[in-house]
Amino acid sequence: MNSSGDAKPKCNVSFTVNGEIKSLRIHPMERLLDVLRNELGLTGTKEGCGEGECGSCSILLDGLLVNSCLVPAAQAHGSNVVTIEGIAAHSLLHPLQEAFLECGGAQCGICTPGMILAAVHLLEKKAEPTQAEIREGLAGNLCRCTGYMQIFEAVTKAARQRVAK
Amino acid sequence: MASSNERHIVGTSVPRKEGRDKVTGAARYVDDMTLPGMLHGATVRSKIARGNIKTISFDPSVPWDEFVVVTAKDIPGKNCIALILDDQPCLAAESVNHPEEPILLLAHADRHKLRKAVDAISIEYESLSPVHSLEKSEKQSTIIWGTDNTFKTFLVEKGELDSVWSEAAHIVEGEYFTGAQEQLYIENNGVIASFDPQHGVTVWGSLQCPYYVHKALMALCGLPEHKVRVVQMETGGAFGGKEEYPSMIAGHAALLAIKSGRPVKIVYDRMEDMVATTKRHPSRTRHRTAVRKDGKILGGEIEFVIDGGAYATLSSVVLSRGTIHAGGPYYWPSVRIRTRAIATNTPPHGAFRGFGAPQSLFAMERHMDRIAQVVGISPIEIRRRNFLMPGQTTTTQQTIHEKIDLDSLLSRALELSDYHTKKKRFAVENKTSTRKKGMGIATFLHGAGFTGSGERYLNSLVGVEAGPDGVVRVLVSSAEFGQGTNTVLCQIAAEALNLPYECVQIAQPDTTVVPNSGPTVASRTAMIVGKLVQSAAAGIKRMLSNARLLGDNYTPEQFCAACREFIAAHGSLNSEVRYEAPPGVYWDDEHYRGEAYAAFAWAVYVAEVSVDLTTYSVTVDDFVALQEIGKVLHPVLAEGQISGGVAQAIGFALYEKVVWQDGHMFNNQMTNYIMPTSADLPPIRVFFEQNGNIHGAHGAKGIGELPMDGPAPAIVNAVEDAVGVRFNSIPLLPEDLFQALQTEPPVATSSLPGTARGAR
Repeated sequence: MNSSGDAKPKCNVSFTVNGEIKSLRIHPMERLLDVLRNELGLTGTKEGCGEGECGSCSILLDGLLVNSCLVPAAQAHGSNVVTIEGIAAHSLLHPLQEAFLECGGAQCGICTPGMILAAVHLLEKKAEPTQAEIREGLAGNLCRCTGYMQIFEAVTKAARQRVAK
Repeated sequence: MASSNERHIVGTSVPRKEGRDKVTGAARYVDDMTLPGMLHGATVRSKIARGNIKTISFDPSVPWDEFVVVTAKDIPGKNCIALILDDQPCLAAESVNHPEEPILLLAHADRHKLRKAVDAISIEYESLSPVHSLEKSEKQSTIIWGTDNTFKTFLVEKGELDSVWSEAAHIVEGEYFTGAQEQLYIENNGVIASFDPQHGVTVWGSLQCPYYVHKALMALCGLPEHKVRVVQMETGGAFGGKEEYPSMIAGHAALLAIKSGRPVKIVYDRMEDMVATTKRHPSRTRHRTAVRKDGKILGGEIEFVIDGGAYATLSSVVLSRGTIHAGGPYYWPSVRIRTRAIATNTPPHGAFRGFGAPQSLFAMERHMDRIAQVVGISPIEIRRRNFLMPGQTTTTQQTIHEKIDLDSLLSRALELSDYHTKKKRFAVENKTSTRKKGMGIATFLHGAGFTGSGERYLNSLVGVEAGPDGVVRVLVSSAEFGQGTNTVLCQIAAEALNLPYECVQIAQPDTTVVPNSGPTVASRTAMIVGKLVQSAAAGIKRMLSNARLLGDNYTPEQFCAACREFIAAHGSLNSEVRYEAPPGVYWDDEHYRGEAYAAFAWAVYVAEVSVDLTTYSVTVDDFVALQEIGKVLHPVLAEGQISGGVAQAIGFALYEKVVWQDGHMFNNQMTNYIMPTSADLPPIRVFFEQNGNIHGAHGAKGIGELPMDGPAPAIVNAVEDAVGVRFNSIPLLPEDLFQALQTEPPVATSSLPGTARGAR
């Protein structure tokens, strides 16, 4: 699933990742997923299918939830990228991360980074989503371990806690 | 600090050991690892199903001197994946027996260059006639494996079957099919291998069974035990799909590393993983059952056949579990179960959660509904009249000693699902609605641990060690891949040592560090390995107490001081325990008779479905999963195991269809092989009963595979209840429903008297 080759010219791409500005010289068509993982060492973003079906490589690009396996790196130029590594505030976990831990939302963990980003995105759009909205909001992120029930529970719990604050 | 109170850690939902790393993205999977000078590996695979390799040619426009090329000739040891029969080559040398069979390996520092290089190798074959169906394999007009295309057969016999047919009021026949299913772990198969002559081969990988890979690499590389090291990395889902296959991919990476002298990473992309690796065995089951007028089973014949693909791999063991579960949780006074695993020219089918039981239990539970119709009683009543009871024997003549009460379990499940009220309501509403609703049940059992004498052969060894800092480490080869192995085994050790959960850690499975506690399969970890961990931990306590360093009641600080003193005097503090078969357990491998499993988990599942007669899609609207699993060691993890398994089994029943084209998976993408999303599933409501189990740690039984067994028949039973048409094959897709509803007259459910034949 790698579309770039040596022969293609490289270009300068700059974007903000988890609050830090990064400037890179890369193939413009390199997948953003590979740039994050291989150039920037942000291996928390996972590859599951390489075709935008599973959502394991989900990140936030200017606040939008995207599959980083489908985004050419050049498209990220000038944008603001958030990966799983940028979700916790230092040693303090995000309420969603806490809730995933407590409710059993993470089993094998491979879909978890993308799932948490999808949940972050969902709660940003809708502070207190209904069950139907949670199901819909996470439908682009596949999990093979949990059957999703404990993920729904985690999202509901985190949403309630945030609203209560 | 008060400490004399016993700590109760088992049975509570402590935080998952590696949970924090997983929710922050810090957990290290094999693709997150890079070694200096590392190359990437790729596999050149067969494009045909069966034939002889004539020539291999390399396109001269590719600078081949930049690549490492490995063929079967480069294999230092034996060209096989050592497992049971050792019939599967690591690289095909002269002939190929399935599409995608590995023939050649390539490595290069730039992984982008590999795909083109793979395509630049052309292989000419002399094609041979392939076998792509059970029927063709059974005919034996083309022999593709051994002398009769048969990997394994079993025969289970109980009672006097010949006399039952004349006594029967009804003889009910049925034929049932299940399709292949892809495990679809979200992390694809992957490994990194390195080699140096002094240390030998090291493999880091995504895998379930470090010692399976260890054994396979010793044979393949011709290396002694101490020159092969296998390390399990964080593993992103497995479900059986990383039981035997990692030996293959690890072998490939090891061969490339040996030849190049550099570390080599092979991580499949999704398409390669789906097309080339194992799936659940497709199956066909035939039932012929003699039933009394009141619905009591007198006896029956069950014929169960599974498609093993091109090589034997684990098919004999999958067949064994399918065989033993084929009679369900019912009492058979007489039975004859004949089973076979046979060869076809597809990639070998392999381990997948449930391991043969979901296949034969699908047939049994569909057939029970069929018998109910023939007898003219309800699906509930037919089960109540035939449930196994304590003191009775299973099909293998294992006496049920536990106090299981399936009748009450069923009653509770019906209550939890509001079964009767809904049935009444749907009977009225279905008359006028284009959305037909139905209820279906499945009652079943699942044996924990290896079958029969398996655990005795495994001879598992477990260690627990304590350091001078008082930190306890559990040493097992049991792997974490989401189920909660790390957490549960640490809970057990902490409770045995009366220490806080935080004081116990688990070692990363590494064959140079942990003993062989057996493979992480067969729902055996909590029950069997857990029990050994409990004894090994108790051993530490005993050693400290015998050395008069520790009394009965102690604080973690006192424990720590005692460890420090002990280690100062003796160098180390560790305790090892080896498996001992429980007394009085008898298993006859030759006649397939006796105590098949140390314990069974029991379950009743209820599905509520609607069938939309406009789109022909089936939706599961509610799902109740009630099970007796002994002691629940960790409620959150246990619930997660069940709901995850149910979701996977809903996929097995309604969505997941492997489309075969000449033995090759045609839809090898997540785009066209459909697994359930968060929007597709019903509320999965999980309930437990806890009767305990004398053989398991704290009374635990196995639960990992159980939830895979019941949902498919419960759902298809519910679909029949909704639309009155019989379906005996899964996956059941909208197109299958459409076709059947166009052609078949509905059967009046629960009210069909007389003998019926050919329920297909």
